[in-house]
Parts: sequence; C-alpha cells; structure tokens
Amino acid sequence: MFKNLMTWVDARFPATKMWNEHLAEYYAPKNFNFWYFFGSLALLVLVIQIVSGIFLTMHYKPDGSIAFASVEYIMRDVPYGWLIRYIHSTGATAFFVVVYLHMFRGLMYGSFKKPRELVWLFGMFIYLALMAEAFMGYLLPWGQMSFWGAQVIISLFGALPIIGEPLTLWIRGDYVISDATLNRFFALHVIALPLVLIGLVVAHIIALHEVGSNNPEGIEIKKNKDENGVPLDGIPFHPYYSVKDIVGVIVFLMFFSLVLFFAPEGGGYLLEHANFIPSDPLKTPEHIAPVWYFTPFYAILRAVPDKLMGVIAMGLSIVVLFLLPWIDQCKVKSIRYRGMSFKILLVLFVIAFIALGWLGMQPATPLLTMLAQIFSVIYFGFFIALYFTSKNEATKPVPERITK
Amino acid sequence: MTKDGADLNKRRFLTNTTAVIGAVGAGFVAVPFLASWAPSERAKTAGAPVEVDISKLQEGQKLTVEWRGKPVWIIKRTEQNLKDLPTLNDKLRDPDSENDQQPEYARNTTRSRKPQIAVMVGICTHLGCSPTYRPDIAPADLGADWKGGFFCPCHGSKFDLAGRVYQGVPAPLNLVVPPYFFKSERTVLIGEDGGAA
Repeated sequence: MFKNLMTWVDARFPATKMWNEHLAEYYAPKNFNFWYFFGSLALLVLVIQIVSGIFLTMHYKPDGSIAFASVEYIMRDVPYGWLIRYIHSTGATAFFVVVYLHMFRGLMYGSFKKPRELVWLFGMFIYLALMAEAFMGYLLPWGQMSFWGAQVIISLFGALPIIGEPLTLWIRGDYVISDATLNRFFALHVIALPLVLIGLVVAHIIALHEVGSNNPEGIEIKKNKDENGVPLDGIPFHPYYSVKDIVGVIVFLMFFSLVLFFAPEGGGYLLEHANFIPSDPLKTPEHIAPVWYFTPFYAILRAVPDKLMGVIAMGLSIVVLFLLPWIDQCKVKSIRYRGMSFKILLVLFVIAFIALGWLGMQPATPLLTMLAQIFSVIYFGFFIALYFTSKNEATKPVPERITK
Repeated sequence: MTKDGADLNKRRFLTNTTAVIGAVGAGFVAVPFLASWAPSERAKTAGAPVEVDISKLQEGQKLTVEWRGKPVWIIKRTEQNLKDLPTLNDKLRDPDSENDQQPEYARNTTRSRKPQIAVMVGICTHLGCSPTYRPDIAPADLGADWKGGFFCPCHGSKFDLAGRVYQGVPAPLNLVVPPYFFKSERTVLIGEDGGAA
C-alpha cells in the first residue's frame, strides 16, 4: 500500500530521491563528536522560533500606542501566553548559543576551508540575518531598552559620510524612532527576514551536502570510496546521525527548559530590566547594553573614541569573519594536526571574544574602555596573525583514513 | 554567426536588450516600495513649535520638553557655571562652536540667546542616547575637573553645560541647539527663530 503510494508520488515528485540524497544515502563521516550536534540543534531552534512566533503574532499589536500593553496582555491574560512568549525569548538566546558553538566548531576543525567556502559564506549570511532578526524582534516589546537600543543601532548608519543622516531617516521613517519604525520592523521580523533565513538555511544545507561534511580529523572521506562509490569512512546520516541527534535534542531541551521555567529573564541578561518600562523618548535608561549575543561587537564599537571609526571597526569585526576561508591559508584543516601557533591564536581569540562580550555589558569607565581596546586589538590580531602564520605552519601529518 | 538557419548574434542581442529593459523596469517598480519607507506626510507635519513657561525655573534646574519627538532641555545655569565655561576651552573639541550645530544667535561662549538660559536638544551626537544631567561639581565618577555638564550613559561621551563636547569621547559634535526665541520674560518658544536667522 505505502509502496504503491510512493511509486505514484515518485513518478510525479522526487520524494524518495530527496530522502535518499539528504538523509538515507547522505554519507557523513563516522567520527562526529559532541560539536556536531549544534547544526541540527540550530535547525530545531529555527522551528521553535517560527512556531512560537506565529502564535505570538496572533495576540501582539505592532502599534506604538498599544504594543507594550499587548505584550503585557500576552503575559497576563492570554492562556499560556507567558509560556509562548518565554519560549520565543529563550529561543532567541538559545539560537545564538548554538550558532556560536556551531561557528566555533567550524573554526576549530577548519570546516570553512576548501571545498566548503560557500558553506561558510551561506552560514555567515545566516548569522547576519539572525542578528537583524534578533535586533528587530527586540524593538517589538516597545520597552525602554527596545527603544534606546534601536535608537543606538539605527544611529550607527548615521556615522556614514553624506548618506548617513538621510539613511537613518529612511530606516526610521520618522525623525525619531516611532510607530512607523515599530510597524516596519514588525513586518521585517515576522515575514521578510524569516523568508530570507529559511532560503539561506536551504542553501547552506544544499552546499554542505554537495561537498560533504568535514569531521574532527579534517580528513576528506570522499577520497576513499568502495566499489559502489560509498565513502569507506562514511555512514548514512539516517538512521545513524538522526538517532544520535535526538539524544542531543533531549539534552538541549533539558537546558532550554531550565532557562524557560526557572530563569526566563536570565537575571536581566536575557530580558533586560529596563525593558519592563514602556518606551520613553525623553529619557535614556541609566545603563544601556545590548542583549548578550551582541555585546562583543558593541564593546568594539565603544572601544574606538571616534564615531565613524568605531562603526567601521564594528563592521569590520563581522566582515573579517566572512573572509576567514581566504585568511587562513593552512592546508591542514583540523586543530588536531595543526601547529602550536594556531592553537595559541585560537585560545587568544576565544578569550578576547568572551572578554569583549563581558565588557559590552558593563558601563563605559576609562579602565574598562582601555581593556576593551586591548581585547579589540587581540580580536583583529587573531586574523592578521593567522594570515601571516598559517601559510608556513608547523603542522603534523594528517592520516589517510579515519581510524577511530 | 548563424547556426541551423538561426542568426545567433541577433538572438544574443535580443536576449541582452530584453534583460536590460527588464532590469530597468524592475528598478522603476522598486522605487515606490523604497520610497514608502520615507517619513509620511503625517510624520512631516508633526513638528509644531512648543511654548514653555520658564518663570519657575530655578538656578541649576533642568526642564525637559518634547519637540518633534525629541527631548529638549532648558537649563538655568548659575553665575559660577558661566565663569567656568571659558576655562574648559582647551579640553573641548569645538569650544568656539565652529560646526553648524546651532543657529547663528547661539554661536557664542554660552551657546544661547541669554547667557543664563541654555536650550538644547538632549540627544547625544554619537548614537542618539539622551545624556544624563550632571550639574554636580567634581563628583567621584567624573573626576575632580568636572565643572558640571552632561554624561552619556551609553558610550561615555561628555559635554559641558553649554553642550560642548569634550575631547577623547566618541561623540564628534556639540549638542544641537534648536531654533528658539523668548516670547516674553516668562516663556520661550522652541522650534521658531522669531524672525532672527
């Protein structure tokens, strides 16, 4: 019965072909470790965000005069509204957690290197779209932090010479952040950017499945195939990794639920205290800081005591990530076989990234600003040093096959 | 160049011209969509002037009113404040207000029509936060040289009591002085020059 149905469908739509190409006969290296959970977890979080987001739009009002109240209405009056909203806000943080770990995995095992440059680039565009999505979503509760956060970020464009001021006016649609801004950000947040995100995710996965997955050893499994063209060190994604990923999903959901039910505001780091006050265009909160996932870049912005140069430095700190496949010229992919210089640089980079993330949450005192300057130099220094050292790195020999 | 009786050059020409015309058409269609993001007529007309009664303003006090959606501060400076202003000149980026951040009548040492009364838009010229009023002299967090002024909590920019920006902070320009004039001894009208340019 089912077989007949599938034959009928397959003659009209390549269902079985797609299933095989991307799951049952997609051969992934057999040595995936812990770090390989985060790609599929990111997909899971995307689904969580889309579903919880759709239900939030059924109660939320994107209108400057009632937006704040409609969020409170969701929290207090809508049955389980609090749960749906906290799922969505916790999901935003979870998204960045898994994406940062996913990106770090790529950095560590050289997953951005030839032939996976486009996988990396699509991934970076996903990250960019995700930042835009998170930023616009944060305006919607229309609290003090929503308002002043958007004011600061939109003003960043004002630093550009000549076109800057007209550009900020065009983005806001008003002389200040107002109802016009809120309404268009809502449209972008719930329709435009999710469409872009889904398209990019599809491109990311198609590009990955074209070249095949990298692995902790950094060995190309397609170099050793059996007589049927199946990689000797590969195993079908389904059922092997689909089942393994379910374990990851369960552990992830345990952590997700802990935050969701016990600390949805995350002590003011996930939902900031000032955002429980309605937006007031006449008064900036005493201490404003972006949500944690933006703070490393925000710290770089603040570290430069010049408006235009600060914005340029912040922009470059993201642009430079796009260029990573061409900055890192080492032929060896995995950190396991790379030289000491790469290991030291990577550790410094991680320290700088975390330190900048912390500094971006703190008030701008002279001492902390100086620290931010030091760590910004280390952040950029990582890429510069990598460019010069990676070509002649003292690497170890990479085995032909995956043995474990 | 022909192949199987088809003129390939002609075919390529037609393909390319169709593509170019199509792209131009798409460009024109994009205009109304992009233009729809510009401020609406309603937003443009919402900038009416604001009349403020300042008769009860005490020395050292700050009044905040909303004009065009932005905070506008009115501050009555003390005699000591006015004496301190020129002493700060060498610590400032633009002590003589050379950049066009104020009307001509406010291009003076106090950046105001009357020396005591300061009127300025309370939006930091860095990234648009509203700085905090810090009239206290030499507080612990701002240093012994602080003669009163404004501190931006977002990125640490500092301004003096005339809205002039300090050196070594992210903000590039002095605070904006809006057009205003004194309708009488008691009231100030923000948003109009009262004839003076």
